[in-house]
Amino acid sequence: MLRITGGRVYDPANEVDGEVRDVCISGGRIVEEVTGADVRTIDAAGMVVFPGGVDVHTHVAGGALNFARAMTPENHRNAAKFTHSPELRAGVGGTTPSTFATGYLYAGLGYTTVNEAAVPVLSARHTHEELRDTPLVDKSCCVLMANNELILDLLEEGETERAKHLLAWHLWAAKGYGVKAVNPGGVTAWKWGKDAKILSEPVPGYSKVTPAKIISSMAAMVDELELPHPMHLHCNNLGAPGNIDTTIETMKVLDGHRAHMAHLQFHSYGGDDWDTLRSESVRLAEFFNEQPNLTADAGAILFGDSVTITADGPWQHLLYQLTGRKWGNLDVENETGCGVVPYTYKGTNMVNAVQWAVGLELLLLINDPWRIYLTTDHPNGACFWRYPEIIHLLMNADFRRECIEKLPDKALKRIHLPGIDREYTLSEIAIIISAGPARALGMPQKGHLGVGADADVVLYNDDSDRERMFGHPRYLLKGGEVVVEEGDIRKMVDGREFIVRPSYDDNIEEYLRPLFEQYYTMSFENYPVEMERLEGADIRECG
Amino acid sequence: MITLTLKEQPEVPIEAEALSPDVVSKLGNDELRALPIFYGKRQLRLDEFFEVEGELSEELEIHGDASRVKWLGRGMTHGQLRIVGNAGMHLGAFMKGGTIDVTGNASDWIGAEMSGGLIRVGGNAGGQIGAAYRGTLTGMTAGTIVVEGSAGLEVGMRMKRGTIVIKGMAKDFTGLEMKGGTIILGGAELRTGAWMNRGTIISLTPIPLLPTFAYNCSYNPTFLRVYARELAGLGISLPFEESEGSYESYSGDAAVSRKGELLVWQPAG
Repeated sequence: MLRITGGRVYDPANEVDGEVRDVCISGGRIVEEVTGADVRTIDAAGMVVFPGGVDVHTHVAGGALNFARAMTPENHRNAAKFTHSPELRAGVGGTTPSTFATGYLYAGLGYTTVNEAAVPVLSARHTHEELRDTPLVDKSCCVLMANNELILDLLEEGETERAKHLLAWHLWAAKGYGVKAVNPGGVTAWKWGKDAKILSEPVPGYSKVTPAKIISSMAAMVDELELPHPMHLHCNNLGAPGNIDTTIETMKVLDGHRAHMAHLQFHSYGGDDWDTLRSESVRLAEFFNEQPNLTADAGAILFGDSVTITADGPWQHLLYQLTGRKWGNLDVENETGCGVVPYTYKGTNMVNAVQWAVGLELLLLINDPWRIYLTTDHPNGACFWRYPEIIHLLMNADFRRECIEKLPDKALKRIHLPGIDREYTLSEIAIIISAGPARALGMPQKGHLGVGADADVVLYNDDSDRERMFGHPRYLLKGGEVVVEEGDIRKMVDGREFIVRPSYDDNIEEYLRPLFEQYYTMSFENYPVEMERLEGADIRECG
Repeated sequence: MITLTLKEQPEVPIEAEALSPDVVSKLGNDELRALPIFYGKRQLRLDEFFEVEGELSEELEIHGDASRVKWLGRGMTHGQLRIVGNAGMHLGAFMKGGTIDVTGNASDWIGAEMSGGLIRVGGNAGGQIGAAYRGTLTGMTAGTIVVEGSAGLEVGMRMKRGTIVIKGMAKDFTGLEMKGGTIILGGAELRTGAWMNRGTIISLTPIPLLPTFAYNCSYNPTFLRVYARELAGLGISLPFEESEGSYESYSGDAAVSRKGELLVWQPAG
């Protein structure tokens, strides 16, 4: 049992805004009160108490990430190193940290829950094995569905109900938590060397299936299945100048269905080409503010080295042509694809400068912090361990102005950031890094410090240098145990994995099996992930 | 001067990045003896493998066949490192300044990603001289490497600035993906200059050319006079007089930008 006393508590889900109060913990959960001689007390005077961080969109495990790790030895050589000790496994940090190091680095930032945002069913087994080796944080995954050809075939036939059962079957087979849609139709089109850039045009290989149809049907299925997390959507036309029209069209197509719009920064550009690219964050934010069915994460970028990893194969080929650097392309049979391209965001580059501004603009212009969350689409826009830099930028308008002054002149005419004076409060930061994403993920035990919540608590020294403050938590408690103290990992605990079991008609397997045996390279029995592969699974029944 | 004498050839390679003037110049004899080195995965003291004489000096001399001692002079910024015998892999990698002399042979990756200083090898050297490590975009960015004998594969791979001189033959893929700088060769095997984007490769004997290199002309570039004078200080004689011959100039690699320059010496008569 534990009492954290004297700290200023920020628990926006319970409307606690900086009050000095005690937080009591027993049995791994927050409780009303603890008494007795064996209560340990942490004196948090002068500290700020937050619920543990929740990352709604990150790429930390699985086939694509491992491919990126193998492709970028240069990023490991200069990365932070974890040497073997009785407590720690050896590992490297950097742009694509190794599994154990990922857990250490997230915990070192005060994060306790992460959502791996793109898992093909075919590599789900591998993903779960990596997540099992990612300690100190609880995990969940979103399963890639919007380019699954067996599901698209059913949409072509108008068999939406059967498609829903098939989707639910796949979600359970992958032991996933949510449904991910990446460039709906576009990854399938990439297998024909094409893309799906116009929402109303049929996807190559189909006559009736359009990206719009995939988006609206799949969002509806997720709602009907009553999944805790809405459809997690990576829109068509990522990264392309002028893609704002596609993004707004996508929001219209959703027609009131719930959706989480991933890495919105990459979808908020105006202009016709790279020379005329400009920020359209104001237009996007104004439209988004009126759509209560939607949440989003920023996908902000920071200048420096990154590795872009996405199922969006056609975009990655274009990025490869732009950079002339390395390109990795993976085909995942009938389900999806993947591209990997190392990329360096440069402060002197006009396009990168606009991207930098757009990420911050969206965080500042979307007026409800409960609907926009801090992410960098790790490792695409920047590494997750650089989140404190963004927090400092959001909380300090003077520092932001200093950074804006360093941007190239021609970028300044294309962004809105210089005119924005808003500064985030600590309470709003607690929302965008913890309470909000927990709510969007539908995890009632996460992101708050009310009675019954998981005792994931982070204590920061209050420091006007917010980058230092959020980069170096004084204590992190995971499930009530002190796991990080002053930057050192004190105790190793395994995280849980959240998965959902949606209801579906068992007969769907009879429909799927012959198709699977015809089209896939593996045997049907080996396809679904066995429960034994997961450690600490926390199953939620749905629908 | 600090003198280290290898007691016996180690069975597995030693990783000894501490053996650089930057580190040893600040240490007394006792501290030198206790310097950590890695023998396989085990961390051991320097004096388990070397006799250690001297202290507090920027001149470090290593005696014996150190062909299984890796990372000598790694990242050094000043001072002198002299190896009387052979040197192992990664000699002078990431070096920024100072000089390294090897009387015998050196191995692969010498001067990899270096940004200053001078490395001289009396015998033969391995491959990837002054190169970029796997995955890195650029190799050496400044400095000079001179090899009296032959060299291995991928000499100067992705180098951006600086000079590499191989007096003997270099193996395949010399100047692979080169971005700048100069490589002078006594001769080379196949695919010299493959994917080179910029920079100059000079060969003093005829070499097999890739089909993606196009002949321009035969001439005596003015800059070579200046260059030859500079190199003469390192004991390298680069011919440039019209009376002695001329250089055939080729541009390539046309598989990429065609902005690289390949000069092949043709003696007069």
